[in-house]
Amino acid sequence: MLAALPTTRDEDWRYADAAALTALAPADLGAWHEATLAPGETRAKDLILDAGHPGLHRVRLNVGAGARAELFAVLSAPAYTRLEVEVTLHEGAHFELGGVTIGGGSATREIVTRVNHAEPNATSNQVVRSVHWGTATGNFLGRLAVERDAQKTDAAQSFKALLLERGASANAKPELEIFADDVKCAHGAAIGQMDEAARFYMASRGIAPDAARALLVRAFVADAFAAHGEPDALLDAALGALGDMA
Amino acid sequence: MLKIDNLHATVGETEILRGLSLEIGAGEVHAIMGPNGAGKSTLAYTLGGRPGYEVTGGSVTLDGQDLLAIDPHERAAAGLFLGFQYPVEIPGVSNVQFLREALNSQRKSRGEEPLSGADFLKLAREKAGLLQLDMDMLKRQVNVGFSGGEKKRAEMVHMGILDPRVAVLDETDSGLDIDALRVVGAGINAIMRKPDKAVLLITHYQRLLDIVRPDRVHILAKGRIVKSGGPELAHELEREGYEGVAGTVAA
Repeated sequence: MLAALPTTRDEDWRYADAAALTALAPADLGAWHEATLAPGETRAKDLILDAGHPGLHRVRLNVGAGARAELFAVLSAPAYTRLEVEVTLHEGAHFELGGVTIGGGSATREIVTRVNHAEPNATSNQVVRSVHWGTATGNFLGRLAVERDAQKTDAAQSFKALLLERGASANAKPELEIFADDVKCAHGAAIGQMDEAARFYMASRGIAPDAARALLVRAFVADAFAAHGEPDALLDAALGALGDMA
Repeated sequence: MLKIDNLHATVGETEILRGLSLEIGAGEVHAIMGPNGAGKSTLAYTLGGRPGYEVTGGSVTLDGQDLLAIDPHERAAAGLFLGFQYPVEIPGVSNVQFLREALNSQRKSRGEEPLSGADFLKLAREKAGLLQLDMDMLKRQVNVGFSGGEKKRAEMVHMGILDPRVAVLDETDSGLDIDALRVVGAGINAIMRKPDKAVLLITHYQRLLDIVRPDRVHILAKGRIVKSGGPELAHELEREGYEGVAGTVAA
């Protein structure tokens, strides 16, 4: 039996682009990139989902004891783009996510994670930054599950959005299901606009408005790649999208 | 050099500057003093072109160039420097990155070649040394975690690096202890006391004027210059207050 296609009535798809969802096929939903990390292994992946890579991208990670999985992504395609990540963490494993959605037009770009702390002492850190203009939307839906035995879990989620124009929007939906009693789970979300005082300060020193904006946006999205050793390619990809802003 | 003629400006619905006129010649330092609410900071922001400060009349020229017709960043490139009473923190952007971008933007708009990274760092180190600011401070984020005194010294490092023709310094002396005041005052003299430059100091106190000696002192009240004089006017103010020196203040 084919799985029913999602609609925006489904919790995990509630901020998705309804019209784009009707174009999905059951095969798209079944297409998971799966990876299993052996105990102690470290694996990192950079994803740049630009104009050539819109649509649905699903990643399922099984992170063995003491292993470390790092995923960094820039979502800048000019059409509906969704990065969905399902992670299972075993004893002492770590998951690091740094994600940026950036762009204008009317597209929705979203990052949806389900991180399952299945065993004790695992840690996870998720940082998502969204920068939008036009009538574009950026979303972060982060579900965190801590199983009964997963004591000493340490999990953090941070989402911030910077809306450069009236009309752009952002949605944050943290969801915590915690069944252990000795855990640390932090989450925060903030949506704001460009700091006008900083912009004038930069102008007063001779920095043109577009250069000032680029500096401020670069500083804003850099948070997402703080755990990345060489973030320049990702930052350039994100900042490249800013060049499309009129 | 800097000529302000019958300047009117409003913030929101309120008229703050009401026909302010002032001319500063090359090589001169002028001080503007005045009670709270007189319009001192509004004058600085209006000259700098801060959004929300709307000019409703009058003119401002720098060596004949109409400053009010150009954008804030172009005013900087034309040679205007604004020293902020409350320097702005910019998380995630280092001073070095910020100042190099600023200097090279200004150079570009004047048709000059950008400064290389090495040449820029040499210049930055020299100016930081002049203000006794540790070079490590310049590698940190713009004003983030700086004390009040460090922020003001950093402002003067900006000025030294950007090498403006006219500096409008809005209460650069506020928040400084006596030693820092000496360093900042000496910095202003070293950078700006030149025959082809001019300074407008906005201040409440005589103490900065003991170090950076003004050629002219003006009293600003209710959006206009109500009295001008030599350096002795500042001493008179210190003794007798605004009410005593300029009776028109209360009118």
